[in-house]
Amino acid sequence: MVPLWMYLVVSAALFSIGTFTVLSRRNGVAVLMGVELMLNAVNINIVAFWRYTAPTEVNGLAFAAFIFVIAAAEAAVGLAIIITVYRNRHSVIPEEADLLRG
Amino acid sequence: MADVSFSIALAFVIFSVISLGGALGVALNRNLFRGTIWLMVSLFGAAGLYVLLSAPFLAAVQILVYIGAIAILFTFAVMLTRSLTQVRERFTRVWANLVVAVLLFVLLIIGIIWPVWGSNPDLAQPVSDVVVSTTDLGVALVDRNGFVLPFEVASLLLTAAMIGAIVIAREADDEV
Repeated sequence: MVPLWMYLVVSAALFSIGTFTVLSRRNGVAVLMGVELMLNAVNINIVAFWRYTAPTEVNGLAFAAFIFVIAAAEAAVGLAIIITVYRNRHSVIPEEADLLRG
Repeated sequence: MADVSFSIALAFVIFSVISLGGALGVALNRNLFRGTIWLMVSLFGAAGLYVLLSAPFLAAVQILVYIGAIAILFTFAVMLTRSLTQVRERFTRVWANLVVAVLLFVLLIIGIIWPVWGSNPDLAQPVSDVVVSTTDLGVALVDRNGFVLPFEVASLLLTAAMIGAIVIAREADDEV
């Protein structure tokens, strides 16, 4: 198999691309897509470490499965919030949802 | 054996390119609907990496949950906020953010990954070729000495997220 650091490099690159997406896109849906990319990078990292250091234990797989659950819940609630903001303010740009600004 | 390891390395490169290329498509494509398609491509590449890491159950869950549910959810959100997706959307502070992302990547490589795991020959190969099966994972998720409490909390979280999403996204008119 390829050495562990190759998986880590791919995961780090995916995480950086996700960070760039979150920081630079103005559309709220695209920002959530960047968060999904970052969660995916973390999951690849976890599974790679599980495979190379503790493949006979179940902990790594269980953690990765829980991250799937978190990602699904985050996407559902985040998209519901974005659709509500769009309905009320006709904008999906996060900076314009400043109702709570003092 | 040399052929096998070469084909595995080739598959790793292919799935990595698919995953990272899809991610770049998400980051750079101004048309948001095409962005969701690129997101599906990227998630598919990650599923291939899970197969290479001998986690076939996670690969199947990745296809079913991420591509089958979450990406479709994103497609719905893009279409429901349709009038803005045709606009050529602007980026904010693109060069500064690009510098931040590249710095983060370089920091991860130079500061953490290469000195700790790159030159470490112990981690070049997996410690064991014996891998836990999906049956073991399923048993551990409902074992009282395993993950039954996090499992129940996760299911409660999913229920709460589902109800919360319905309540948040509902029309405000029919509330009392």
